[in-house]
Amino acid sequence: MYNTQLMSSKYAVVARDVVKTFGSIKAVDGVSFEVKPGEIFAFLGPNGAGKSTTIKMLTTMLRPSSGQLFLNGHDVVKEQAYARKSFGIVFQDPAVEEELTAYENMLFHAVLYGVPKVEQKPRIKQLLELVELWERRDSLVRTFSGGMRRRLEIARGLLHHPKILFLDEPTLGLDTQTRNILWAYVRKLSKNEGMTIFFTTHYLDEAEQVAQRIAIIDHGKIIATGTSKQLTDLTSTKNLEQAYLKLTGEGTRDEVSEDNNGLNVRGAMLNQRLR
Amino acid sequence: MAEIYILWWRQMKRYIRTRSRIVGAIGQPILFLLALGYGLGSVYQRAGEGNYLHFLVPGVIVQTILFSGVFWGMQILFDKRFGFLKEMLVAPVSRLRILLGNALGGATIALLQGFFVLIIAYFFGFRPDNLSMLPLALLLMVMLSLALTSFGAGLASMVEDFQGFQAINNFLIFPLFFLSSALYPLTHAPHLLQLLASVNPLSYAVDGLRYSLITQSHFGIGKDLIVVSATLTVCIGFAVSRFNRLQA
Repeated sequence: MYNTQLMSSKYAVVARDVVKTFGSIKAVDGVSFEVKPGEIFAFLGPNGAGKSTTIKMLTTMLRPSSGQLFLNGHDVVKEQAYARKSFGIVFQDPAVEEELTAYENMLFHAVLYGVPKVEQKPRIKQLLELVELWERRDSLVRTFSGGMRRRLEIARGLLHHPKILFLDEPTLGLDTQTRNILWAYVRKLSKNEGMTIFFTTHYLDEAEQVAQRIAIIDHGKIIATGTSKQLTDLTSTKNLEQAYLKLTGEGTRDEVSEDNNGLNVRGAMLNQRLR
Repeated sequence: MAEIYILWWRQMKRYIRTRSRIVGAIGQPILFLLALGYGLGSVYQRAGEGNYLHFLVPGVIVQTILFSGVFWGMQILFDKRFGFLKEMLVAPVSRLRILLGNALGGATIALLQGFFVLIIAYFFGFRPDNLSMLPLALLLMVMLSLALTSFGAGLASMVEDFQGFQAINNFLIFPLFFLSSALYPLTHAPHLLQLLASVNPLSYAVDGLRYSLITQSHFGIGKDLIVVSATLTVCIGFAVSRFNRLQA
């Protein structure tokens, strides 16, 4: 039908019939989508829909049970090292070292990603200034608020000049000011640097305002893809929130548990087995 | 190399910044040396076995390396719980290097703690028999630190939570310690204890240290070195295979 490899090189991110099962649970069930270079792409869905599992597969943390994933035309599973150098990620849960200072966290990342030694300090300075943490560079991250940690993680995710930036619910728990700064900067990255942005969020207004294209996933399947306008037209609704609710239903979903928020289906299954 | 160094560096920073753990890790051996070394010393002497404190020091060094090695190896569990493991696993660095950097950091810490015990023991009146044997003691301590940190890292890759860590401490680490030759001479021990101690690799580490520090040996230094090297190899293999399978 089509040559996946050839087709995938035109896009920044490609998923083809991706399936991920954990035991009998199908967390992701035949997902396919493409993201163009420089595009801001939002991935929406209720809790446990498969968003984080998809991001984990795209970022080499999980292997797909079947299907293919490409970043800039390179197979994520087969060319793991290439994939890892090409993306930056801000995780859903904080992933900073509390016993290191902000600067040391950045330095740790720079060395792991092979940033040349002469560039380490200027880049760290530039990014910490950008997220307004340069003044606090020598404070232990332990003393940082949630918002400051988020900002640090964003700066860190950009340190190795990734072509694609994954943001898994980046604004969770941030105040409005910080959210606005973050999205303004993300827009700038996409516009000026041609960086591809792939993010998930539960705030539909954010997706509506920021994302150029949106995919909605539910029960492990993509149920709609398009611009915010296309989605509202499709569902004959007024805004994205209404469209989203119409597509995914009004009922709430089982949060697997506070620690097992879809990120950790394996853990959740273990817990269930123990009960 | 730079990646391995920065992983090691981060472990050392953590260690230096958590002073309570340093105090705890030094306090415990002092307690053992004081309570057991002096408490049982006179009984031991009356039984005609000589100076118990001298006998005990190699055992307490191994104990310290055991507990801190496994603990710092299990740092991976904390990193998993607090999210930092993801930062390491998505980096363009092979699993082997990540494991190596972390294990070298943990092993350095375990080795340092073992040294502290030796220094503390000096103040309690402990003197090595033969200073020229110190390099051999050092070699054994390095091998043991690496082996136990790898062992801890392998275990941490298998368990999901801190309850698992507690279970490992209670059902694996404590028995390993008490059923070794760390606290009592095996020569006159009941057969069951002798048997258990002789299949416990820690006994050989204790025995080797005892040989190099106070020239006493139950198994013979050759056997000690062989068993400790074999243990190191098995532990590294275990850690590599488990860590490779770990999913964040």
